[in-house]
Amino acid sequence: MGWFVLGMLGLVGVGAIALYNRLIGLRNQVLNGWRQIDVQLKRRHDLIPNLVNTVRGAMEFERDTLTQVMEARARAVSATGPADAAKKEGELSQALGRLFAVAENYPVLKANDNVRMLQEELTSTENKVGFARQFYNDISTKFNTAQQTFPSNMLASMLGFKPAELFELTDPAERQVPTVDLSMRK
Amino acid sequence: MGLFVAFLLFLGYGFDRFYLGDGEVFFPIGTIAALGVGSVSAFSSYYSGDRAVLLSTGAVSLARALSAATAEGEALKIRQLDNVVEEMAIAAGLPKPKVFVVPDADPNAFATGRDPEHASIAVTQGLLNVVSRDELQAVIAHELSHVRNLDIRLMTVIAAMVGAIALLADWTGRGMRSGIGGGSSRRGRKGKDGGGAALLLAVWIVAMLLAPIVGQTLAMMVSRRREFLADASGAELTRNPLALASALEKIQQAHAPTVSVKRGTAHLCIADPLGRAVGLRQGWLPDLLASHPPMAGRIAALRQMAFQE
Repeated sequence: MGWFVLGMLGLVGVGAIALYNRLIGLRNQVLNGWRQIDVQLKRRHDLIPNLVNTVRGAMEFERDTLTQVMEARARAVSATGPADAAKKEGELSQALGRLFAVAENYPVLKANDNVRMLQEELTSTENKVGFARQFYNDISTKFNTAQQTFPSNMLASMLGFKPAELFELTDPAERQVPTVDLSMRK
Repeated sequence: MGLFVAFLLFLGYGFDRFYLGDGEVFFPIGTIAALGVGSVSAFSSYYSGDRAVLLSTGAVSLARALSAATAEGEALKIRQLDNVVEEMAIAAGLPKPKVFVVPDADPNAFATGRDPEHASIAVTQGLLNVVSRDELQAVIAHELSHVRNLDIRLMTVIAAMVGAIALLADWTGRGMRSGIGGGSSRRGRKGKDGGGAALLLAVWIVAMLLAPIVGQTLAMMVSRRREFLADASGAELTRNPLALASALEKIQQAHAPTVSVKRGTAHLCIADPLGRAVGLRQGWLPDLLASHPPMAGRIAALRQMAFQE
């Protein structure tokens, strides 16, 4: 009888360790996913001045559009807190979308290899931001599910794990389907 | 997979019982030897196989492909490939694999490497020429799913078992022809358990004769299942199953053998590189022999994911 109880305790102990390690592993992945979004946003900020400089010569009459992009970028860079950042990054995306829509009117730009390369870079950066968010949401959902399902929920609540917040669109305008086609389809 | 192990165990059991020993002092020396030899060859390919595969296909790294790019827009395509691979690595939460371009006009792509940290993805020039950005993304997602699902490791283990089965069959065939061994076991059997063992012996001989074919068939069965899985998890990464469906359609239209990809890598390609006609038809024979499920079936499954059809 004594051995049986001891064995059961041992089993529970091993199980608890496995659950704990899983929770910690997930939490670190969630943190990493969040950082990854930041990395991609930073890359986008770095790319935009390049783009604006490349198209400036050909788009002299579109000063407004270019200034809007640069201003939106400046606001996005200086954003504080996730909610604020999400809003301003959304505005930046829209300003970029307008820039590309206007650029369609300039055949010189469409034919320019440098511009097409930059456009590809920006498309890709937009995608990377999107996929980083997707990964963050996927892994956060896994983390939250692990915290809320039996038996890991007992351990999670005992150790004070907090559910990860999912990334959501805060700006209703962003929910609308974008009208600008940024892709390179021909 | 379980079927595979069972088949190998049955062959090995028969080999040891009827061929080597006399059924009483049972130690599976034959099975262990065959598995050992099969494993050594398979695991050497596990560690250096990616380099060998890339070398044999003539794949060149992106940097070299970029410096060789002369045509208008070619540099852009290569940059796009690099970007798309990075996007998919982010979506899968994996380190970015090395990227290669294979100078071959047939559209195809494959992944290799033993684990996500040592993975490489290669696409043919032909693929870059025909697919759009979205479709390229879908193809890369499929290949990255092979990496993420550890299919390369799985297929290595399977290759080891196919090798072991082939070896057992080969040894038996050789021994029977030259008349070495076998005698003692037959004598031992007659005295002891008669009919049941004789039946088992007959079944075993038939199985042994068919072994190489059955081994291949089972391997292909596993391979086909992993293809469906990679299609599905690829779509999970891009959230765009239709892009993969249309990429598969384009690959199917340009259906010709991918000259630079050898048979051994077939199961890691997005489409059967041998251009076998069996890959296109449905029915029991192609179902047994193809390394990839029929294209029509894959496309239909992807359409279903997007709630079309």
